[in-house]
Amino acid sequence: MKQQESHRSDFFFTPLDGKIEKAFRAIMALAVILPFLILIVLLVDTFVDGYPRLGWNFLTSFPSRFASSAGILSPLVGSIILMGLTALFAVPLGIGAAVYLEEYAPKNAITTFIELNIANLAGVPSIIYGLLGLGLFVRFMQMGRSLLAGAATLSLMALPMIIMAAREAIRTVPNDLREAAYALGADRWVTIRKVVLPLSLPGILTGIILSLARAIGETAPIITIGALTYVAFLPDSVTSSFTALPVQIFNWISRPQTDFHVNAAAGIIVLLVIMLAMNSIAIFLRFKLQRKIQ
Amino acid sequence: MKTHEADIFRKRSLTERWIAAVLFTCAAVSIVVTAGIIAVLLFETMDFFGRVSLSDFFLDTQWTPLFADKHFGIWPLMAGTMLTTLFAMLTALPLGLSIAIFLSEYAPERIRRFLKPIIEILAGIPTVVYGYFALTFMTPLLQKFIPDLAGFNSLGPGIVMGIMITPIVASLSEDAIYSVPASLREGALALGSTRLRALRHVILPTAFSGIAASFILGLSRAVGETMIVAIAAGQQPVLTLDPRVPIETMTAYIVQVSLGDTPHGTLEYSTIFAVGSMLFVITLTFNLIALYLKKKIQRGVL
Repeated sequence: MKQQESHRSDFFFTPLDGKIEKAFRAIMALAVILPFLILIVLLVDTFVDGYPRLGWNFLTSFPSRFASSAGILSPLVGSIILMGLTALFAVPLGIGAAVYLEEYAPKNAITTFIELNIANLAGVPSIIYGLLGLGLFVRFMQMGRSLLAGAATLSLMALPMIIMAAREAIRTVPNDLREAAYALGADRWVTIRKVVLPLSLPGILTGIILSLARAIGETAPIITIGALTYVAFLPDSVTSSFTALPVQIFNWISRPQTDFHVNAAAGIIVLLVIMLAMNSIAIFLRFKLQRKIQ
Repeated sequence: MKTHEADIFRKRSLTERWIAAVLFTCAAVSIVVTAGIIAVLLFETMDFFGRVSLSDFFLDTQWTPLFADKHFGIWPLMAGTMLTTLFAMLTALPLGLSIAIFLSEYAPERIRRFLKPIIEILAGIPTVVYGYFALTFMTPLLQKFIPDLAGFNSLGPGIVMGIMITPIVASLSEDAIYSVPASLREGALALGSTRLRALRHVILPTAFSGIAASFILGLSRAVGETMIVAIAAGQQPVLTLDPRVPIETMTAYIVQVSLGDTPHGTLEYSTIFAVGSMLFVITLTFNLIALYLKKKIQRGVL
């Protein structure tokens, strides 16, 4: 009541009102444009910096002490293998968890607790996952500073996002279809396998690709579990030591010589192109899903 | 015939039970992960506090575990984190909230649907890229206005971090504002209030807990953000509130030690878990508050 009294004058029109309203709208619109400007500046700035170094040699050479002849072969291969292994671990677990929570889970305290856990894990800083990987995979399970330990760490980090995306996709399948399957004599598992999963597949795939794109850009957890910053060989098995593209970029940025900053910018361009490609695939799949349901 | 049918049903329910058990295990992994994080952090932190007293950790004002004269006061790292977080939130809150208001109150539906995913691209850019941007673009830009700004500082990376967090604040706030019932908005307008006043006195107060949740989630993200500050804020744990000088955040310290070859079992090694525990407790608290606020909205209490 008191607050209302003090603002009473606010409820009457004044000649200024129209102008204030217009100015306010202009400020809001400016705030919307600003992120685009920043995005464009960021992209152009990086592209201008890194363009001179881009070329076939940059992709097919190993990192080197000499900025001009250094390339990203080993980090790029490391990142691709990491992504494959991460998908291998996280995708079945994520889909399984999502199917359980959407189709099987009873409404009880355990389910609530699992859901709370997933929501909270999504907000845990990635570097904490790095510490978990260091303590659990590298030391306790004695995987060493290997691709396997890196992928296991990244999968745990990507898991909450995959679960949430898969749940959302499963939720879009209309209930009528499930009931129709039951009416035809299908049990729960057959219904999930033949009706729910096929229909929600594009949505689930979209979520998986976006999560993997996020994971491939992660630097902090990989550094924490001890990826090397200088690797001049290709990994020969999942237990070999490795480096990843973002780690190599970080390594180049943190050198004082600006020559290496050019390499970092070129590496960033490659990383962004990979992520852009993955995002485009995700958008394409989402588009297909929308058409299918309509 | 009858026994055969019963057989099928028994077999079916058995497979069903097996499948349910396997799927439950997948879901239960999340509990194991949380337990694993807590166990690892606790185990190594206990080791740390076995050798360094609590008062040294919380009352000392110097952090020099990697030097000969060792001090283990967490405050310099905390101050560094608070400083970069402050600048991030000073950027992300006004920007994110303005975007949310524009999208939900002023933008036509078509533009809204077009703009939202594009703004979210900002949240998907790898943090190492933002770090590069902070070091090679934002700091040199700021140096034109603040001549005595050091090459490594908390202001530049803080602002860039804010840009990264903006989509999180914008997206959640927008959801909150968008979900304010149209009847409230129309009621205010019918009483003769301008749109701006309806916003200020009716819509924003109603959406307050959603906006607060978005802010707290952004805060949590800023505290845990690593690469931007590791690249552009420096590696000097000094207890200062000066935005122009190099500092070190909790996350940047963990990166610094991880890059060196500190052997397992040494005191230096266990410091990163002690710092990590602090980080985990802070972000967990923020996350739980934000979750609570979001739940409240879903239940329609506010």
